[in-house]
Amino acid sequence: MKSLSLFLIATFTGLSLFLYQRKPLVQSIIDGEEIYVDFCVQCHMTKGEGVPGAFPPLANSDYLQDIDKSIHAIKFGLKGPITVNGKAYNSVMVSQGLDEEEIADVMNYILRNWGNETDEIITQEKVSSIQK
Amino acid sequence: MKTIQHFLLSISILTLIACDAQDHGPTISLPKTVDYSYEIVADSIDIPWGLSILSSTDFLVTEKAGTLYHVVEGVKTAVKGLPPVYVRGQGGLLDVAHSPDYAKDGLIYFTTSSPLGEEKGGHTALYSAKLENDSLVDTTLLYKGDFNTKKGQHWGSRIAFDSEGHVFFSIGDRGNREVNPQDITRDGGKIYRLNRDGSIPKDNPFTTTENSRKAIYSYGHRNPQGMITHPETGEIWVHEHGPRGGDEINVIKAGKNYGWPLITYGINYSGTPITDITAKDGLEQPLYYWVPSIAPSGMAFSTSGIYPKWKDNLFVGSLRFEYLERLELKNNTVVKREKVLDSIGRVRNVEQGPDGYLYLGVEGKGILKIIPKSY
Repeated sequence: MKSLSLFLIATFTGLSLFLYQRKPLVQSIIDGEEIYVDFCVQCHMTKGEGVPGAFPPLANSDYLQDIDKSIHAIKFGLKGPITVNGKAYNSVMVSQGLDEEEIADVMNYILRNWGNETDEIITQEKVSSIQK
Repeated sequence: MKTIQHFLLSISILTLIACDAQDHGPTISLPKTVDYSYEIVADSIDIPWGLSILSSTDFLVTEKAGTLYHVVEGVKTAVKGLPPVYVRGQGGLLDVAHSPDYAKDGLIYFTTSSPLGEEKGGHTALYSAKLENDSLVDTTLLYKGDFNTKKGQHWGSRIAFDSEGHVFFSIGDRGNREVNPQDITRDGGKIYRLNRDGSIPKDNPFTTTENSRKAIYSYGHRNPQGMITHPETGEIWVHEHGPRGGDEINVIKAGKNYGWPLITYGINYSGTPITDITAKDGLEQPLYYWVPSIAPSGMAFSTSGIYPKWKDNLFVGSLRFEYLERLELKNNTVVKREKVLDSIGRVRNVEQGPDGYLYLGVEGKGILKIIPKSY
Protein backbone atom coordinates (compact mmCIF):
# COMPACT_ATOMS: atom_id res chain seq x y z
CA MET A 1 0.00 0.00 0.00
CA LYS A 2 2.74 2.35 1.04
CA SER A 3 4.68 1.64 -2.11
CA LEU A 4 1.58 2.33 -4.19
CA SER A 5 1.16 5.77 -2.55
CA LEU A 6 4.82 6.51 -3.10
CA PHE A 7 4.47 5.40 -6.68
CA LEU A 8 1.43 7.66 -7.21
CA ILE A 9 3.13 10.65 -5.59
CA ALA A 10 6.19 10.13 -7.71
CA THR A 11 4.11 9.80 -10.86
CA PHE A 12 2.08 12.94 -10.18
CA THR A 13 5.15 14.95 -9.25
CA GLY A 14 6.92 13.80 -12.38
CA LEU A 15 3.88 14.53 -14.52
CA SER A 16 3.39 18.03 -13.12
CA LEU A 17 7.07 18.82 -13.56
CA PHE A 18 6.82 17.57 -17.13
CA LEU A 19 3.67 19.57 -17.85
CA TYR A 20 4.80 22.81 -16.22
CA GLN A 21 8.36 22.67 -17.43
CA ARG A 22 9.26 25.94 -19.04
CA LYS A 23 9.37 25.87 -22.81
CA PRO A 24 12.95 26.30 -24.08
CA LEU A 25 13.66 29.77 -25.48
CA VAL A 26 14.46 28.41 -28.92
CA GLN A 27 11.05 26.74 -29.14
CA SER A 28 9.34 29.86 -27.79
CA ILE A 29 10.93 31.96 -30.57
CA ILE A 30 9.86 29.44 -33.22
CA ASP A 31 6.29 29.42 -31.90
CA GLY A 32 6.43 33.20 -31.63
CA GLU A 33 7.25 33.55 -35.31
CA GLU A 34 4.17 31.52 -36.19
CA ILE A 35 2.03 33.79 -34.02
CA TYR A 36 3.64 36.84 -35.63
CA VAL A 37 2.83 35.63 -39.15
CA ASP A 38 -0.75 34.81 -38.16
CA PHE A 39 -1.69 37.86 -36.12
CA CYS A 40 0.75 40.74 -36.55
CA VAL A 41 2.23 40.78 -40.04
CA GLN A 42 -0.73 42.43 -41.81
CA CYS A 43 -0.02 45.71 -40.00
CA HIS A 44 3.54 45.48 -38.71
CA MET A 45 4.83 43.88 -41.94
CA THR A 46 7.29 41.07 -42.61
CA LYS A 47 10.42 42.82 -41.33
CA GLY A 48 8.67 44.67 -38.52
CA GLU A 49 8.93 47.89 -40.51
CA GLY A 50 5.28 48.89 -39.94
CA VAL A 51 3.43 51.34 -42.20
CA PRO A 52 4.52 55.00 -42.01
CA GLY A 53 1.84 57.17 -40.45
CA ALA A 54 -0.43 54.24 -39.63
CA PHE A 55 1.26 51.33 -37.87
CA PRO A 56 4.46 51.82 -35.82
CA PRO A 57 7.61 49.80 -36.57
CA LEU A 58 8.72 46.94 -34.33
CA ALA A 59 12.17 46.90 -35.96
CA ASN A 60 14.76 48.78 -33.86
CA SER A 61 11.85 50.04 -31.81
CA ASP A 62 12.48 52.18 -28.73
CA TYR A 63 8.93 51.46 -27.59
CA LEU A 64 9.83 47.78 -27.05
CA GLN A 65 12.49 48.71 -24.49
CA ASP A 66 9.62 49.05 -22.03
CA ILE A 67 8.75 45.37 -21.94
CA ASP A 68 5.86 45.71 -19.49
CA LYS A 69 4.20 48.37 -21.62
CA SER A 70 4.69 46.24 -24.75
CA ILE A 71 3.14 43.14 -23.14
CA HIS A 72 0.28 45.30 -21.89
CA ALA A 73 -0.39 46.53 -25.44
CA ILE A 74 -0.56 42.99 -26.85
CA LYS A 75 -2.60 41.64 -23.95
CA PHE A 76 -5.20 44.41 -23.65
CA GLY A 77 -4.89 46.38 -26.88
CA LEU A 78 -3.67 49.93 -27.35
CA LYS A 79 -5.27 53.13 -28.53
CA GLY A 80 -4.52 56.82 -28.47
CA PRO A 81 -1.36 58.75 -29.36
CA ILE A 82 2.06 57.10 -28.92
CA THR A 83 5.58 57.99 -30.07
CA VAL A 84 7.86 55.35 -31.60
CA ASN A 85 11.41 56.23 -32.68
CA GLY A 86 10.51 59.92 -32.57
CA LYS A 87 7.43 59.61 -34.76
CA ALA A 88 3.83 60.06 -33.64
CA TYR A 89 1.14 57.42 -34.20
CA ASN A 90 -2.54 57.47 -33.32
CA SER A 91 -4.18 54.20 -34.37
CA VAL A 92 -6.06 51.45 -32.64
CA MET A 93 -4.62 47.99 -31.98
CA VAL A 94 -7.29 45.73 -30.56
CA SER A 95 -6.49 42.72 -28.41
CA GLN A 96 -5.91 39.73 -30.68
CA GLY A 97 -7.18 37.20 -28.14
CA LEU A 98 -3.77 35.54 -27.68
CA ASP A 99 -3.25 33.46 -24.55
CA GLU A 100 -0.42 34.22 -22.11
CA GLU A 101 1.95 31.62 -23.53
CA GLU A 102 1.39 32.93 -27.07
CA ILE A 103 2.09 36.50 -25.93
CA ALA A 104 5.33 35.35 -24.28
CA ASP A 105 6.33 33.53 -27.47
CA VAL A 106 5.66 36.44 -29.79
CA MET A 107 7.49 38.82 -27.46
CA ASN A 108 10.52 36.50 -27.41
CA TYR A 109 10.44 36.48 -31.22
CA ILE A 110 10.03 40.24 -31.69
CA LEU A 111 12.64 41.13 -29.05
CA ARG A 112 15.30 39.13 -30.91
CA ASN A 113 14.65 40.24 -34.48
CA TRP A 114 15.09 43.23 -36.77
CA GLY A 115 17.73 44.93 -34.63
CA ASN A 116 16.01 44.45 -31.28
CA GLU A 117 18.13 42.92 -28.50
CA THR A 118 17.43 41.71 -24.97
CA ASP A 119 18.73 39.31 -22.33
CA GLU A 120 15.31 38.94 -20.81
CA ILE A 121 13.32 35.76 -21.48
CA ILE A 122 9.61 36.48 -21.42
CA THR A 123 7.70 33.77 -19.58
CA GLN A 124 4.03 32.98 -19.28
CA GLU A 125 4.28 34.02 -15.61
CA LYS A 126 5.66 37.39 -16.63
CA VAL A 127 2.75 37.95 -19.03
CA SER A 128 0.35 36.80 -16.32
CA SER A 129 1.75 39.42 -13.92
CA ILE A 130 0.88 42.32 -16.25
CA GLN A 131 -2.51 43.60 -15.20
CA LYS A 132 -4.95 46.06 -16.74
CA MET B 1 14.15 32.00 -87.91
CA LYS B 2 13.43 30.08 -84.78
CA THR B 3 15.13 32.80 -82.74
CA ILE B 4 12.91 35.42 -84.35
CA GLN B 5 9.85 33.34 -83.59
CA HIS B 6 10.94 33.01 -80.00
CA PHE B 7 11.62 36.72 -79.87
CA LEU B 8 8.17 37.58 -81.27
CA LEU B 9 6.53 35.10 -78.94
CA SER B 10 8.30 36.65 -75.96
CA ILE B 11 7.23 40.12 -77.06
CA SER B 12 3.59 39.08 -77.38
CA ILE B 13 3.68 37.33 -74.01
CA LEU B 14 5.23 40.41 -72.44
CA THR B 15 2.57 42.60 -74.05
CA LEU B 16 -0.14 40.30 -72.72
CA ILE B 17 1.34 40.44 -69.24
CA ALA B 18 1.63 44.23 -69.44
CA CYS B 19 -2.00 44.53 -70.56
CA ASP B 20 -3.01 42.20 -67.78
CA ALA B 21 -1.33 44.32 -65.16
CA GLN B 22 -2.79 47.61 -66.36
CA ASP B 23 -6.03 46.79 -68.09
CA HIS B 24 -8.21 46.47 -65.03
CA GLY B 25 -9.91 49.79 -64.70
CA PRO B 26 -9.45 53.44 -63.95
CA THR B 27 -7.09 54.87 -61.33
CA ILE B 28 -8.77 56.41 -58.34
CA SER B 29 -9.39 60.16 -58.25
CA LEU B 30 -10.50 62.76 -55.74
CA PRO B 31 -13.81 64.53 -56.37
CA LYS B 32 -13.58 67.96 -58.06
CA THR B 33 -16.15 69.41 -55.71
CA VAL B 34 -17.23 68.00 -52.37
CA ASP B 35 -20.95 68.63 -52.01
CA TYR B 36 -21.54 66.40 -49.01
CA SER B 37 -20.55 66.18 -45.39
CA TYR B 38 -21.24 63.71 -42.61
CA GLU B 39 -22.66 63.49 -39.13
CA ILE B 40 -21.94 60.89 -36.47
CA VAL B 41 -25.11 59.00 -35.52
CA ALA B 42 -23.48 56.52 -33.10
CA ASP B 43 -20.13 57.38 -31.51
CA SER B 44 -17.20 55.72 -29.73
CA ILE B 45 -17.13 52.26 -31.28
CA ASP B 46 -13.67 50.77 -31.86
CA ILE B 47 -14.57 48.36 -34.66
CA PRO B 48 -18.17 48.79 -35.89
CA TRP B 49 -18.13 45.56 -37.92
CA GLY B 50 -21.77 45.06 -38.83
CA LEU B 51 -24.73 47.43 -39.16
CA SER B 52 -28.43 46.83 -39.58
CA ILE B 53 -30.48 49.98 -40.14
CA LEU B 54 -34.03 49.44 -38.90
CA SER B 55 -34.97 53.11 -39.36
CA SER B 56 -33.12 56.44 -39.53
CA THR B 57 -33.01 56.54 -35.72
CA ASP B 58 -32.83 52.84 -34.90
CA PHE B 59 -29.73 50.70 -35.61
CA LEU B 60 -28.09 47.49 -34.57
CA VAL B 61 -24.28 47.67 -34.56
CA THR B 62 -21.84 44.87 -33.80
CA GLU B 63 -18.58 45.75 -32.12
CA LYS B 64 -15.98 43.16 -33.05
CA ALA B 65 -14.79 42.75 -29.45
CA GLY B 66 -18.14 41.08 -28.66
CA THR B 67 -20.89 43.65 -28.05
CA LEU B 68 -24.13 44.05 -29.99
CA TYR B 69 -25.38 47.62 -29.61
CA HIS B 70 -28.96 48.72 -30.07
CA VAL B 71 -28.70 52.41 -30.95
CA VAL B 72 -31.88 54.46 -30.64
CA GLU B 73 -31.60 58.19 -31.39
CA GLY B 74 -27.86 58.08 -30.78
CA VAL B 75 -28.07 56.28 -27.41
CA LYS B 76 -26.23 52.93 -27.31
CA THR B 77 -27.49 50.00 -25.25
CA ALA B 78 -25.61 46.69 -25.11
CA VAL B 79 -27.97 43.86 -26.09
CA LYS B 80 -28.04 40.94 -23.62
CA GLY B 81 -28.07 37.23 -24.35
CA LEU B 82 -25.43 36.84 -27.07
CA PRO B 83 -24.13 33.32 -27.68
CA PRO B 84 -20.40 32.74 -27.03
CA VAL B 85 -18.09 34.96 -29.12
CA TYR B 86 -14.51 33.80 -29.80
CA VAL B 87 -12.39 36.94 -30.05
CA ARG B 88 -9.25 35.93 -31.87
CA GLY B 89 -7.21 37.77 -34.51
CA GLN B 90 -9.61 39.07 -37.14
CA GLY B 91 -12.47 37.20 -35.50
CA GLY B 92 -15.10 38.30 -33.02
CA LEU B 93 -18.70 39.45 -33.33
CA LEU B 94 -19.09 40.07 -37.06
CA ASP B 95 -22.07 40.99 -39.26
CA VAL B 96 -25.68 41.76 -38.37
CA ALA B 97 -28.68 42.14 -40.73
CA HIS B 98 -32.44 42.13 -40.41
CA SER B 99 -34.81 39.94 -42.34
CA PRO B 100 -36.39 41.49 -45.48
CA ASP B 101 -39.71 40.71 -43.75
CA TYR B 102 -38.62 42.24 -40.44
CA ALA B 103 -41.92 44.07 -39.94
CA LYS B 104 -43.67 40.68 -39.93
CA ASP B 105 -41.13 38.16 -38.61
CA GLY B 106 -38.97 40.40 -36.37
CA LEU B 107 -35.90 38.29 -37.19
CA ILE B 108 -32.33 39.49 -37.06
CA TYR B 109 -29.39 37.48 -38.38
CA PHE B 110 -25.81 37.74 -37.18
CA THR B 111 -22.47 36.03 -37.66
CA THR B 112 -19.80 35.49 -35.05
CA SER B 113 -16.54 33.68 -34.53
CA SER B 114 -17.67 30.77 -32.41
CA PRO B 115 -15.80 28.40 -30.05
CA LEU B 116 -18.63 25.81 -30.14
CA GLY B 117 -17.56 22.30 -31.05
CA GLU B 118 -15.10 19.63 -30.03
CA GLU B 119 -11.80 21.02 -31.25
CA LYS B 120 -9.87 23.96 -29.81
CA GLY B 121 -10.17 27.27 -31.61
CA GLY B 122 -13.16 28.52 -33.50
CA HIS B 123 -15.04 28.91 -36.75
CA THR B 124 -17.70 31.19 -38.20
CA ALA B 125 -21.32 30.72 -37.12
CA LEU B 126 -24.62 32.18 -38.37
CA TYR B 127 -27.51 32.78 -35.96
CA SER B 128 -31.03 34.16 -36.11
CA ALA B 129 -32.79 35.73 -33.13
CA LYS B 130 -35.42 38.24 -32.12
CA LEU B 131 -34.87 41.41 -30.14
CA GLU B 132 -37.08 41.94 -27.09
CA ASN B 133 -36.38 44.71 -24.58
CA ASP B 134 -32.75 44.80 -25.66
CA SER B 135 -32.28 41.06 -25.11
CA LEU B 136 -31.95 38.34 -27.73
CA VAL B 137 -34.67 35.70 -27.61
CA ASP B 138 -35.39 32.64 -29.77
CA THR B 139 -31.67 32.57 -30.60
CA THR B 140 -31.14 29.81 -33.16
CA LEU B 141 -27.83 28.50 -34.47
CA LEU B 142 -28.39 28.14 -38.23
CA TYR B 143 -24.88 27.13 -39.28
CA LYS B 144 -21.51 26.56 -37.66
CA GLY B 145 -18.39 25.98 -39.73
CA ASP B 146 -15.93 23.32 -38.68
CA PHE B 147 -13.32 22.17 -38.05
CA ASN B 148 -12.29 24.73 -35.46
CA THR B 149 -8.81 26.19 -35.71
CA LYS B 150 -6.79 28.64 -33.59
CA LYS B 151 -5.82 30.60 -36.70
CA GLY B 152 -6.80 34.24 -36.44
CA GLN B 153 -7.49 34.93 -40.11
CA HIS B 154 -10.28 35.00 -42.61
CA TRP B 155 -13.66 34.40 -41.00
CA GLY B 156 -15.70 36.21 -43.68
CA SER B 157 -18.48 37.04 -43.02
CA ARG B 158 -21.23 39.17 -44.46
CA ILE B 159 -24.94 38.37 -44.69
CA ALA B 160 -27.35 39.06 -47.59
CA PHE B 161 -30.89 37.97 -48.58
CA ASP B 162 -32.45 37.31 -51.96
CA SER B 163 -36.15 37.71 -52.77
CA GLU B 164 -36.74 33.95 -52.80
CA GLY B 165 -36.49 33.29 -49.09
CA HIS B 166 -32.75 32.52 -48.88
CA VAL B 167 -30.02 33.87 -46.64
CA PHE B 168 -26.45 34.01 -47.99
CA PHE B 169 -23.29 34.38 -45.90
CA SER B 170 -19.55 33.97 -46.36
CA ILE B 171 -16.77 32.19 -44.49
CA GLY B 172 -13.14 32.99 -45.35
CA ASP B 173 -10.42 30.37 -45.82
CA ARG B 174 -9.56 30.41 -42.05
CA GLY B 175 -5.86 30.82 -42.72
CA ASN B 176 -5.55 27.46 -44.48
CA ARG B 177 -5.58 28.31 -48.16
CA GLU B 178 -3.94 25.10 -49.33
CA VAL B 179 -6.73 22.98 -47.90
CA ASN B 180 -10.05 24.76 -47.42
CA PRO B 181 -11.13 26.90 -50.39
CA GLN B 182 -10.95 24.19 -53.06
CA ASP B 183 -12.40 21.37 -50.94
CA ILE B 184 -16.21 21.30 -50.84
CA THR B 185 -16.18 18.63 -48.13
CA ARG B 186 -14.73 21.26 -45.75
CA ASP B 187 -15.87 24.64 -44.51
CA GLY B 188 -14.05 27.88 -45.26
CA GLY B 189 -13.42 29.84 -48.44
CA LYS B 190 -17.10 29.53 -49.42
CA ILE B 191 -20.32 31.43 -49.99
CA TYR B 192 -23.22 29.61 -48.32
CA ARG B 193 -26.95 29.62 -49.05
CA LEU B 194 -29.62 28.52 -46.59
CA ASN B 195 -33.35 28.92 -46.29
CA ARG B 196 -34.07 31.63 -43.76
CA ASP B 197 -34.96 29.01 -41.13
CA GLY B 198 -31.52 27.42 -41.56
CA SER B 199 -32.59 24.41 -43.61
CA ILE B 200 -30.73 23.50 -46.81
CA PRO B 201 -32.46 24.57 -50.05
CA LYS B 202 -33.23 21.48 -52.15
CA ASP B 203 -31.72 23.08 -55.25
CA ASN B 204 -28.36 24.01 -53.70
CA PRO B 205 -25.60 23.10 -56.16
CA PHE B 206 -23.83 20.37 -54.15
CA THR B 207 -26.75 18.62 -52.44
CA THR B 208 -26.14 15.43 -54.42
CA THR B 209 -22.33 15.51 -54.18
CA GLU B 210 -21.03 12.90 -51.75
CA ASN B 211 -19.55 14.20 -48.46
CA SER B 212 -20.00 17.80 -49.57
CA ARG B 213 -21.16 20.55 -47.26
CA LYS B 214 -24.68 20.97 -48.61
CA ALA B 215 -24.95 24.64 -47.65
CA ILE B 216 -22.13 25.62 -50.05
CA TYR B 217 -23.26 27.84 -52.92
CA SER B 218 -19.85 28.78 -54.40
CA TYR B 219 -16.22 28.12 -53.48
CA GLY B 220 -12.60 29.15 -54.09
CA HIS B 221 -12.90 32.36 -52.05
CA ARG B 222 -10.24 33.91 -49.79
CA ASN B 223 -11.94 36.28 -47.37
CA PRO B 224 -15.20 37.89 -48.46
CA GLN B 225 -16.12 40.86 -46.24
CA GLY B 226 -18.59 42.56 -48.55
CA MET B 227 -21.87 41.15 -49.86
CA ILE B 228 -24.92 42.78 -51.39
CA THR B 229 -27.93 41.71 -53.40
CA HIS B 230 -27.88 43.62 -56.68
CA PRO B 231 -30.89 45.96 -56.59
CA GLU B 232 -31.93 45.23 -60.19
CA THR B 233 -30.71 41.75 -61.10
CA GLY B 234 -31.09 40.18 -57.66
CA GLU B 235 -27.64 38.55 -58.04
CA ILE B 236 -25.35 38.25 -55.03
CA TRP B 237 -22.31 40.50 -55.40
CA VAL B 238 -19.33 39.87 -53.17
CA HIS B 239 -15.95 41.41 -52.70
CA GLU B 240 -13.05 39.67 -51.03
CA HIS B 241 -9.64 40.55 -49.66
CA GLY B 242 -6.77 39.39 -51.84
CA PRO B 243 -3.33 38.72 -50.39
CA ARG B 244 -0.91 41.53 -51.36
CA GLY B 245 -2.88 42.84 -54.34
CA GLY B 246 -5.79 41.07 -55.94
CA ASP B 247 -8.83 42.13 -53.93
CA GLU B 248 -11.79 41.13 -56.11
CA ILE B 249 -15.44 41.87 -56.85
CA ASN B 250 -17.26 38.68 -57.85
CA VAL B 251 -20.79 38.06 -59.05
CA ILE B 252 -21.81 34.80 -57.39
CA LYS B 253 -23.23 31.96 -59.46
CA ALA B 254 -24.38 28.61 -58.11
CA GLY B 255 -21.68 25.95 -57.90
CA LYS B 256 -18.90 28.04 -59.42
CA ASN B 257 -15.26 28.05 -58.38
CA TYR B 258 -13.74 31.53 -57.92
CA GLY B 259 -10.19 30.23 -58.06
CA TRP B 260 -8.43 30.97 -54.76
CA PRO B 261 -5.55 30.06 -54.46
CA LEU B 262 -5.14 28.48 -57.93
CA ILE B 263 -5.42 31.85 -59.65
CA THR B 264 -4.97 35.33 -58.15
CA TYR B 265 -3.87 38.82 -59.10
CA GLY B 266 -1.99 39.07 -55.79
CA ILE B 267 1.21 37.84 -54.18
CA ASN B 268 2.24 36.81 -50.67
CA TYR B 269 2.79 39.50 -48.01
CA SER B 270 6.48 38.61 -48.19
CA GLY B 271 6.56 39.44 -51.91
CA THR B 272 6.91 35.86 -53.15
CA PRO B 273 4.45 34.55 -55.77
CA ILE B 274 1.44 32.37 -54.90
CA THR B 275 0.86 31.17 -58.46
CA ASP B 276 2.02 32.46 -61.83
CA ILE B 277 -1.42 32.38 -63.43
CA THR B 278 -4.36 34.75 -63.16
CA ALA B 279 -6.85 32.80 -65.28
CA LYS B 280 -7.73 29.18 -65.95
CA ASP B 281 -10.56 27.29 -67.61
CA GLY B 282 -13.29 26.40 -65.15
CA LEU B 283 -12.33 29.17 -62.73
CA GLU B 284 -14.37 32.37 -62.59
CA GLN B 285 -12.80 35.75 -63.31
CA PRO B 286 -13.61 38.69 -61.06
CA LEU B 287 -15.79 41.53 -62.32
CA TYR B 288 -13.05 43.84 -61.01
CA TYR B 289 -9.82 43.55 -59.05
CA TRP B 290 -7.73 45.99 -57.07
CA VAL B 291 -3.93 46.19 -57.29
CA PRO B 292 -2.70 47.40 -54.87
CA SER B 293 -5.15 46.08 -52.30
CA ILE B 294 -7.48 48.60 -50.73
CA ALA B 295 -8.53 46.02 -48.09
CA PRO B 296 -12.25 46.21 -48.91
CA SER B 297 -14.91 45.85 -46.25
CA GLY B 298 -18.64 46.51 -46.58
CA MET B 299 -20.55 47.05 -49.81
CA ALA B 300 -23.65 49.00 -50.86
CA PHE B 301 -25.43 50.36 -53.90
CA SER B 302 -26.89 53.85 -53.77
CA THR B 303 -30.32 53.48 -55.33
CA SER B 304 -32.13 56.41 -53.74
CA GLY B 305 -32.27 59.90 -55.26
CA ILE B 306 -30.64 61.43 -52.19
CA TYR B 307 -27.27 61.73 -53.92
CA PRO B 308 -28.33 62.34 -57.56
CA LYS B 309 -24.76 62.13 -58.92
CA TRP B 310 -24.24 58.78 -57.23
CA LYS B 311 -27.37 56.99 -58.40
CA ASP B 312 -26.75 53.25 -58.92
CA ASN B 313 -23.06 53.57 -58.00
CA LEU B 314 -21.35 50.91 -55.90
CA PHE B 315 -19.70 51.87 -52.60
CA VAL B 316 -16.92 49.91 -50.88
CA GLY B 317 -15.08 50.73 -47.65
CA SER B 318 -11.26 50.77 -47.67
CA LEU B 319 -9.60 49.70 -44.45
CA ARG B 320 -6.11 50.24 -45.75
CA PHE B 321 -6.39 53.66 -47.38
CA GLU B 322 -9.08 54.96 -45.03
CA TYR B 323 -11.71 56.22 -47.45
CA LEU B 324 -15.03 55.17 -48.97
CA GLU B 325 -14.61 54.12 -52.60
CA ARG B 326 -17.29 55.09 -55.13
CA LEU B 327 -17.35 52.94 -58.29
CA GLU B 328 -19.31 53.85 -61.41
CA LEU B 329 -20.24 50.86 -63.53
CA LYS B 330 -21.31 50.58 -67.14
CA ASN B 331 -22.43 47.17 -68.41
CA ASN B 332 -20.74 45.52 -65.41
CA THR B 333 -17.41 47.26 -66.07
CA VAL B 334 -15.90 49.72 -63.60
CA VAL B 335 -15.48 53.02 -65.50
CA LYS B 336 -14.72 55.46 -62.67
CA ARG B 337 -13.36 55.26 -59.13
CA GLU B 338 -13.44 58.08 -56.62
CA LYS B 339 -12.48 58.64 -52.98
CA VAL B 340 -15.34 59.77 -50.80
CA LEU B 341 -14.39 61.17 -47.35
CA ASP B 342 -10.65 60.72 -47.90
CA SER B 343 -8.63 59.99 -44.71
CA ILE B 344 -11.81 59.50 -42.65
CA GLY B 345 -10.36 56.41 -40.91
CA ARG B 346 -10.55 52.66 -41.54
CA VAL B 347 -13.93 52.19 -43.24
CA ARG B 348 -15.22 48.84 -41.99
CA ASN B 349 -18.71 48.92 -43.42
CA VAL B 350 -21.16 50.77 -45.67
CA GLU B 351 -24.93 50.31 -45.90
CA GLN B 352 -27.83 52.12 -47.52
CA GLY B 353 -30.60 52.74 -44.99
CA PRO B 354 -34.32 52.38 -45.64
CA ASP B 355 -34.28 56.22 -45.68
CA GLY B 356 -31.95 56.10 -48.71
CA TYR B 357 -28.94 57.61 -46.93
CA LEU B 358 -25.51 55.97 -46.91
CA TYR B 359 -24.15 55.00 -43.49
CA LEU B 360 -20.54 54.07 -42.77
CA GLY B 361 -18.92 52.14 -39.95
CA VAL B 362 -15.55 53.82 -39.28
CA GLU B 363 -13.06 52.33 -36.81
CA GLY B 364 -12.49 54.41 -33.68
CA LYS B 365 -15.39 56.70 -34.62
CA GLY B 366 -18.66 54.81 -34.95
CA ILE B 367 -21.51 55.16 -37.46
CA LEU B 368 -21.46 58.11 -39.89
CA LYS B 369 -24.28 59.32 -42.12
CA ILE B 370 -23.40 61.06 -45.39
CA ILE B 371 -25.37 64.29 -45.83
CA PRO B 372 -25.63 65.96 -49.24
CA LYS B 373 -24.88 69.69 -48.93
CA SER B 374 -26.69 71.15 -51.86
CA TYR B 375 -30.13 69.70 -51.23
